[in-house]
Amino acid sequence: MKKFDRKQMAARVAQDIPEGAYVNLGIGLPTLVADYLPKGREIILHSENGVLGIGPRPPEGEEDEDLINAGKEPVTLLAGGSYFHHADSFAMIRGRHLDYCVLGAFQVSAAGDLANWHTGAPDAIPAVGGAMDLAVGAKQVLVMMEHLTKDGKSKLVERCSYPLTGARCVNRIYTDLAVIDVTPDGLHLVEIVAEDLSFDELQKLSGVPLRYRAAA
Amino acid sequence: MINKIFATPEAALADVPDGATVMISGFGGAGMPALLIDGLIAQGATNLTVVNNNAGNADSGLAALIGAGRVRKILCTFPRQADSWHFDKLYRAGKLELELVPQGTLAERIRAAGAGIGAFFTPTAFGTRLAEGKETRHINGRDYVLEYPIHADYALLKADRADRWGNLSYRKTARNFAPIMASAAKCTVVQVRETVALGELDPETVVTPGIFVQRVIKSPS
Repeated sequence: MKKFDRKQMAARVAQDIPEGAYVNLGIGLPTLVADYLPKGREIILHSENGVLGIGPRPPEGEEDEDLINAGKEPVTLLAGGSYFHHADSFAMIRGRHLDYCVLGAFQVSAAGDLANWHTGAPDAIPAVGGAMDLAVGAKQVLVMMEHLTKDGKSKLVERCSYPLTGARCVNRIYTDLAVIDVTPDGLHLVEIVAEDLSFDELQKLSGVPLRYRAAA
Repeated sequence: MINKIFATPEAALADVPDGATVMISGFGGAGMPALLIDGLIAQGATNLTVVNNNAGNADSGLAALIGAGRVRKILCTFPRQADSWHFDKLYRAGKLELELVPQGTLAERIRAAGAGIGAFFTPTAFGTRLAEGKETRHINGRDYVLEYPIHADYALLKADRADRWGNLSYRKTARNFAPIMASAAKCTVVQVRETVALGELDPETVVTPGIFVQRVIKSPS
């Protein structure tokens, strides 16, 4: 079996973002998606700290400390972009104006519960940022994560053991092995992306039953 | 004649009492009013409750205020950073209380305070540990959590330009929390890059009208 690497995962997510979409990319792995959005599609990127129409990272030496994304990295603004304050920014999120958000995850349950903000460790310093707002607010919540933890456990679980970010909020999961939809009757395999991986093998690696719906 | 422009941070912050609730603008370093925070450290008020998105970076600004032991409690969304050592140390020692708030809920609680709203229901955090013990309600098929406004005694903000009436314009993503914090505090103190004559700010570009602003300080250039 050959798993997708991070760039391939980002490109696979990017392929599903349509022309005209308003999209928030989470910190970390999801931020990579910006580099793989298909050329020729106009897609407008949002960031929690009050910006729509984010462009590429500026060349070295041209960074502006007043122009950053939610990961506090320097960005640029595309023609047509805009700035706004935090309450407006989260009105866009919570008010169901964003078409997609892409979030990382520790675990996703069969019901679409998302755990991505806290490991539950008692001595951990908690930090939540905008994750809980994005989870309940975006029209489509896409999760991007490795299929397995570092010690080989499935990150798809019957019930999240980590504290929840949102309940029943995930629509689609992109892993380094497969693309999976969350539906009212459980998880449906959309596509295996890893090379030389059968459905049965994927099922054995996954902590929850997967259904496979042959194309109609 | 109205003139909200103060000569020094010392004069603008002289009356901040111990125990005050102070909102501080900024998202990381963007929009953080370093001059006013330094002024507050020098002024000496302690036992403060601070509202900010983060809990300071490295050794300056909010991190310095925390490191100086002036903050009793912080309301924020994302304290943990690679360089938040002042917060981490005091938090782990039990000397700094943390109220962790989802970012949109923090923004809306501030906005609600400034807008005279008594409380509001938000879907954010329903079913999570950040909603534990809070009143909830099922409205039109969705579950919501009751959240209350956050009022402040002072807001320390950074803007780009101001006139003597306190009208403000901002620069890029340095705007972030400042406009809503301006409305939620009894006394809003703003540091700006430039002060301009009345009428020089295009009324169409004023983001925070002067009614929300009490004091303005020009940063040394």
